[in-house]
Amino acid sequence: MIDTVALAMLGGSLRVSTPFLFVSLGECLTEKAGRINLGNEGVLVLGAMVAYATSYETGNPWAGIAAAAIAGLLLGGLHGAICSLTRVNDVAMGIALMLAGTGTAFFFGKPYVQPSAPLLPGIPLGFWSDSPQLRNALNVCPLFFLGLLAAFVMHWGFRSTRMGLRIRIVGDSQDAALALGLPINRTRLFATAAGSALAGIGGAFLSLYYPGSWNEGLSSGQGLMAVALVVFARWNPINCIYASLLFGAAGALGPSLQTVGVTWGYYLFYAAPYVVTLTVLILTARGGTALRGMPGQLSIGR
Amino acid sequence: MTAIGIEAIDIGKHFGSFHALSGVSMKVAPGSVHGLLGENGAGKSTLVKCLLGYYKADTGSFLVDDREATIERPADADALGLGMVYQHFTLVPSMTVAENLVMSRRDVPAAIDWRAEKAALGEFMRGMPFKVPLDAEVGTLAAGERQKTEIVKQLYLQRRFLVLDEPTSVLTPQEATEMLGLVRDLAHSGQLTIVIITHKLKEVAAFVDEVTVLRRGRFAGAGLVKDLGAADLTAMMIGEPHAPANPERLGEPAAEIRLAVRDLRTAADGGRKGLSIAALDVKAGEIVGIAGVSGNGQKDLVEVLGGQRPIEAGEVLVDGTQYDASRAQSQARHVRVLPEEPLRNGCVPPMTVVDNLNLRAFDTANSRLWLDRSAMAARAASMIAAYGIRAPSPIVPIGVLSGGNVQRCVLAREFDGDVRLLVLANPCFGLDVKAVAETRARIMAARNQGTAVLLISEDLDEILELSDRVAVMHDGEIVHQMPAAGADPQEIGRHMLGHH
Repeated sequence: MIDTVALAMLGGSLRVSTPFLFVSLGECLTEKAGRINLGNEGVLVLGAMVAYATSYETGNPWAGIAAAAIAGLLLGGLHGAICSLTRVNDVAMGIALMLAGTGTAFFFGKPYVQPSAPLLPGIPLGFWSDSPQLRNALNVCPLFFLGLLAAFVMHWGFRSTRMGLRIRIVGDSQDAALALGLPINRTRLFATAAGSALAGIGGAFLSLYYPGSWNEGLSSGQGLMAVALVVFARWNPINCIYASLLFGAAGALGPSLQTVGVTWGYYLFYAAPYVVTLTVLILTARGGTALRGMPGQLSIGR
Repeated sequence: MTAIGIEAIDIGKHFGSFHALSGVSMKVAPGSVHGLLGENGAGKSTLVKCLLGYYKADTGSFLVDDREATIERPADADALGLGMVYQHFTLVPSMTVAENLVMSRRDVPAAIDWRAEKAALGEFMRGMPFKVPLDAEVGTLAAGERQKTEIVKQLYLQRRFLVLDEPTSVLTPQEATEMLGLVRDLAHSGQLTIVIITHKLKEVAAFVDEVTVLRRGRFAGAGLVKDLGAADLTAMMIGEPHAPANPERLGEPAAEIRLAVRDLRTAADGGRKGLSIAALDVKAGEIVGIAGVSGNGQKDLVEVLGGQRPIEAGEVLVDGTQYDASRAQSQARHVRVLPEEPLRNGCVPPMTVVDNLNLRAFDTANSRLWLDRSAMAARAASMIAAYGIRAPSPIVPIGVLSGGNVQRCVLAREFDGDVRLLVLANPCFGLDVKAVAETRARIMAARNQGTAVLLISEDLDEILELSDRVAVMHDGEIVHQMPAAGADPQEIGRHMLGHH
């Protein structure tokens, strides 16, 4: 029975972690540039809806992913552009964007709740095994690998590309950025838009792979939890992978136990990711000390 | 690389109706160390910012190597090989030295080949007079190392004319001597011309070849340092023949211990260790100076005494009993604090000057339910007059005043009335020579009348001049204590760096 639970959790973790991975990478990119985007929850939901609708209309789920990325790019661009104005608070703006994103998605998404769109195929990495559970667990979405690739590209980019280093300078020291003559607002606009494009892809995963449908209760706060996840990952893209897998495993705990017939404390296990989020925030926020690795210009840290 | 000479001719610059510079000229010979002297607000920064293209001068012109140069943007100054090291460092703390150097270039490739860049940087470093660790994060470097990195960065950018803005304000005496010596050698070898903005006359005498002095936006004098004495320079800077005399120290400290700190510890903060002070005493009628490189816990200590930082263990005693820095206790024991950044830590910026001047006593002045506004205004008016506070009106928000005037306001408020313990953090920061002398006289007068004074300052000369005893702080600990009379600055500097 332990084996079954572990297997179910492995599979669940690979599945559930993917949206966490995309949103946290997107949030990490934005925060590295010194801005926080709480609106990624809205981007996630809008991305899910746009991806599902596009996939239904065109018959191609990959077109849906592209559309979700573009929707994220636009919504994130809006956030970035408005926050470039003086005296706009990025936290308040992010909350407005979150509500705007989910609202827009619900409004335009109504007609797509019923029809079923073509979904993304999984990659059957468990083909060598006879065990149906193992094959099921190792049926992994291609987006997961895209997310891993994105994490490694970002990790390399923050160290070895002009754009990556510029993002870090702008996010860490506004004085230094001004002295170097860097375009601060443009850099942040780019980082916010690109980050939200990633969050949009995370949304596409929800509607096109797992759970694989569009409805208004699709997201359960992954976009907001990603903010905690980035703190936990110390603003490091590679750590975002581990953190997402951990959150994914926590999220898979409830369903996994259900598969083996544990009905006791059902809702409690479903709450595991939220408990993990709370614990992470409490442990990292202790003593009012500044966090190591935190970009110096983040409004929540100043 | 060869040094270049600069001449500024008849430069004028105004901001609105305020004339920051009028008809200022300065001639800097190639390969020399030139001192640009003047009090706060004399126009030194404005002049160099015009030269470096951050401001556009209204009148006048600049000659670079005897040819007229148009400098309208920082990029123009860049192209000519002119650079500046700012008082507040402009390196990115979370990045390594190598990353900072490469990113300061104009031609950074889109993808950086770190192996090739590191090899090139290593080669460049071999030709440098001082070494900095390429792979260290800038945030982990000591202030002196950072300063060197800034200078190395300018050389890496092939600058041939460099302005250093108050370069030694965050350095220990040893670091300052070393850095200025290296910079002078670079200049005299003909690689670089240096302009140092400073008000430290000792450094001018030891390292500078020639000076230009500004006063209130005008040219006040120039000449070779070997022909000018400290008195001449001071006279040019303040426009009066004599520097104000040092205040007189009267009597010995009493035996009574007014402030006692025992085994004090605070939590670590932002990657820095917290305080760990075994014992620190200040007697009545004594000034104890705390010396140290900034960022070694001085700020934490002021915050503890001002009630802004919780303590983890140990105790703070005033007059022998526990002191928790609450408002009730600070009023009952007559403890006053001038914090760092007084506008942020000691004022309510949107409230008026009158309100801010009454923050200490408005609730004890009478026993009625409402405030006596006219008494508050009268009290504020007397402070404004006594401390020469320049405000457009007493009822403007204190946040609109200049830094020096905010400092005066907080000084006026904290010195007011019966004070038994006075904690001062950089009391003369941002004040002109005359106000500095007045403030130091007030501190000494308070001491002479029996107030216990804890003086935390980044200016070692100030500490040595005013203190009866000096305590050196390093890494959150008091590492050394000695009588101020006859103390050796070099020895204090060693303790400041943690070498015991």
